[in-house]
Amino acid sequence: MANDYVRQMPHQGSHSMARAPGAAMRLHIDVPLLILLLLLTGYGLFVLYSASGQSMAAVVRQGRFFLVAYVAMFVAAQISLQRYARWAPWLYLAGVGMLVAVMFAGVGAKGAQRWLQIGGFRFQPSEIMKLAVPMAVAWFLAERMLPPRFAPVMGALTLLGIPALLILQQPDLGTALLIASSGLFALFMAGIGWRYILGAVVLGVASAWPAWMFVLKDYQKQRILTMLNPESDKLGAGWNIIQSKTAIGSGGWEGKGWMQGTQSQLDFLPESHTDFIIAVLAEEHGLRGVLVLVSLYLLILLRGFLIGLRAQTSFGRMMAGSLTLTFFVYIFVNMGMVAGLLPVVGVPLPLVSAGGTSIVTLMAGFGILMAISTEQRMVAR
Amino acid sequence: MPQKIALKDQNLESRVYGARTVTAVCLVVFALGIILARYYSLQVSQYEIYRTQSERNRVQLQPLPPKRGLIYDRNGVLLADNSPSFILSVVRERVQDLDATLAELAQLVPVSRSDLERFRKKLPRTRPYDPVPLRFRLTEDERAILAVNRHRLPGIVVDAQLLRRYPHGELFSHALGYVGRINEREALEVDETDYRGTFHIGKVGIEKYYEDELHGTVGYQNVESNAHGRVLRVLERHDPLPGADLVLHLDYNIQKAARDALGDRRGAVVAIDPHSGGVLALVSTPGFDTNLFVNGISTRDYSALRDSPDVPLFNRAVQGAYPPGSTVKPFMGLAGLESGLMTPESTVADPGWYKLPGESRRYRDWILRIRGTGHAPQVDLKMAIAESCDVYFYDLARRLTIDRMHDYMTPFGFGSRTGVDTTNERPGVMPSSEWKRNAIGQVWYPGETISAGIGQGYWLATPMQLAAATSVLASKGQRRVPRLLKTLDGEPVTAPPREPVTATPEHWAAIFDGMREVVHGERGTADYLADGILYEMAGKTGTAQVINIAQNEVYNEEEVAERHRHHGLFIAFAPLEAPTIAVAIIVENGGGSSAAAPIARAVIDTWLFGEADPTIGQNDNG
Repeated sequence: MANDYVRQMPHQGSHSMARAPGAAMRLHIDVPLLILLLLLTGYGLFVLYSASGQSMAAVVRQGRFFLVAYVAMFVAAQISLQRYARWAPWLYLAGVGMLVAVMFAGVGAKGAQRWLQIGGFRFQPSEIMKLAVPMAVAWFLAERMLPPRFAPVMGALTLLGIPALLILQQPDLGTALLIASSGLFALFMAGIGWRYILGAVVLGVASAWPAWMFVLKDYQKQRILTMLNPESDKLGAGWNIIQSKTAIGSGGWEGKGWMQGTQSQLDFLPESHTDFIIAVLAEEHGLRGVLVLVSLYLLILLRGFLIGLRAQTSFGRMMAGSLTLTFFVYIFVNMGMVAGLLPVVGVPLPLVSAGGTSIVTLMAGFGILMAISTEQRMVAR
Repeated sequence: MPQKIALKDQNLESRVYGARTVTAVCLVVFALGIILARYYSLQVSQYEIYRTQSERNRVQLQPLPPKRGLIYDRNGVLLADNSPSFILSVVRERVQDLDATLAELAQLVPVSRSDLERFRKKLPRTRPYDPVPLRFRLTEDERAILAVNRHRLPGIVVDAQLLRRYPHGELFSHALGYVGRINEREALEVDETDYRGTFHIGKVGIEKYYEDELHGTVGYQNVESNAHGRVLRVLERHDPLPGADLVLHLDYNIQKAARDALGDRRGAVVAIDPHSGGVLALVSTPGFDTNLFVNGISTRDYSALRDSPDVPLFNRAVQGAYPPGSTVKPFMGLAGLESGLMTPESTVADPGWYKLPGESRRYRDWILRIRGTGHAPQVDLKMAIAESCDVYFYDLARRLTIDRMHDYMTPFGFGSRTGVDTTNERPGVMPSSEWKRNAIGQVWYPGETISAGIGQGYWLATPMQLAAATSVLASKGQRRVPRLLKTLDGEPVTAPPREPVTATPEHWAAIFDGMREVVHGERGTADYLADGILYEMAGKTGTAQVINIAQNEVYNEEEVAERHRHHGLFIAFAPLEAPTIAVAIIVENGGGSSAAAPIARAVIDTWLFGEADPTIGQNDNG
């Protein structure tokens, strides 16, 4: 392709190690990241089998999602960063357009309007925004002087604020949170001044009260109250938290054994194969299992940061940092909420919880990370 | 925009990015550290708490209610047993929306308003995860409907429970009493642990008196169940100890004979074995079907029983206090002999009436209106008892005085509860001057002594008291607390003995002689009982006035309303030479003793020969 000039660029400088590009490099695959992801998704399937009540069907279904997700990752890895940068504003505008469409013509379930129906196909525009927002913010900032000054910061905040608010009113607090933070992380990695960060923290604390009064819906407030005191509503909203804490705590260090978790196998634990799957893992594999999982996550995060450090362009760096930190937010929010540290918001445990769309989006994100990684390697040679 | 790019400082950007990455890594590690600290706290520091919590989730302690003890008559006839009945219960904690579930259940099986009321009342007083009963006695069809719909209704439990059954409901209603659902007051009184899973408790009669023995000891089992309350397996089981089986002294045949002889009249029959103190029959009519009470009687059925003028819920045998009438004469006679005021041979002049010295009022003998004169010019003890001579006993009472009468009668059990092993027994009244001062606040009048001499006036006795007193006569002074219970779980139970009544053998013989004449004498007041009799029976007739008859008025049975007719009484024991049964009978508004006496013959015949002579009392004048 004519635009793909970076990859065709003859290598410059003194790096004349005549290392033949391997298969992985030719396929633009970051091998350490791929291995870590395979380990994680494998572990995830293993836990899911037990969490779904030993349902092979659930595992096969999830396996199919993984297959699609790995293909998405592979495809995303083949696209050059320049192209991502060029697509970023258009993808963003299209995404915002669809979010507006959801407002008026969306379909939904359980009181939330999140899907767009086109023909027989249903999808969630907010999933696209999980990639489009960091991309757009990175694109916007990369065009400007870094670290960003006041005007670009405001511009970037507007870019991430519009879709975040649109999603918040669907309502989908979890996704809005993820999307806003993905943009904020791009800003953070761009080197936004500490005074902005400090200012934002002060503003955040100051706006807690108006947010409580005017923005949060009743069920969202309930979740926060429930988190603070699950005993207040033992059989209602508090049930989930009490049961998940019980599942985690009763796992102890060693765990009760695979498929031996009484909390999950006897249906005391709600949502055991989706948002609360970490409780199953903690119950059956104990703190040991949790440590293995967190170690895998940490290695993936570190790999992401390393890719960012080695990236050659501002756009690549900011994308890598944002994608990595957003992945971290998934882990932190999910593990925190299931353990009763954070209010329950609909954030899955990344690449372990059952569910299609988030897995595909996440893996596409890792594909972009690989694209950044491959660019750096090409440049390096 | 080439200028802009030229202006970008790649090195600065890189350095800033590097610094931010370090910050981010620190942040991530710190945050994951917090998360891990939380998991460590839950899984290691608080492990025991959550492990216990999880066990409590998984494992449930289920009470296993004990089987209530069975009740038999002396010959092994089953009087109370347990039959399986299916109960629909709801576990509040497992139901998402209680109102919706109740509404849905009401669509599937009939649920009455009182079912709902009881359920709502019980709900707040139930431990978490204990089932609360909603409907009892599910039919087979209802069970099938619930089974089909069960998957849609989490928290719904259908289980079998043994329910009390009385095969001879009405016949033994007052003898046994009944069980009913535990009410709020009882729930506070019973041991909470022992009654977990038990819904019924003895309400009255034997069932209440021996509640502790009949109930047994609760067992329990640990079961593993899932979040929907489905029991997956039993982990541990401690069987309940069934309640003790009771064998009663009651004899089905005698009970039935007494009941049949009473027919549809109101009355009571109590029969006691003088040797053991065992109660052989305890009948009070009308009775009622005790099975109605087991699962909560309907309001309509209950008001019918409560408001009936025949008061079927009233146990006449122990609660009914009647003037004993002339049935007291043998006891009075013995008191007279023992006091030395008279001998069996001493006589009293009988013109048919009696006057206190210095008073004008005439106390009539019952014979006066029939013959226009007394029983005989001179009446001795034997004739006085056999013909029920009032004048003889008027005179004795006057000489004995009320307080000495009271002291002689008290050892026979008059005026105090016999202590029989059933509920609601009343003490009756054995009057004395002191009693009258305390109870009524008046002094005793000499005329009242005269009435008391023939068992009228303030003197009130229950059929149980009369039977117990008769039993003392029959055994020549041996006195035991009457007992319904014969053996408890196979172990014989002896009726506690009491201070015996002592009298010289000649005096006992004189009383026996008089009572024998009542039945076997030519002019005995119950001579009709002797027709075809194969043994010797001692008896005494009695009549209790329901309304006071004015001085010159004459009681005419035909003219007074049925409710105002005299009560007929009869006491008896047999066989004379070695009595094995003593009975007391009252027939309310029976008109006279002839309503009661044939019942004694039927009861004693049945006791001695296994069946009643069906011709007894039928040809006689009522």
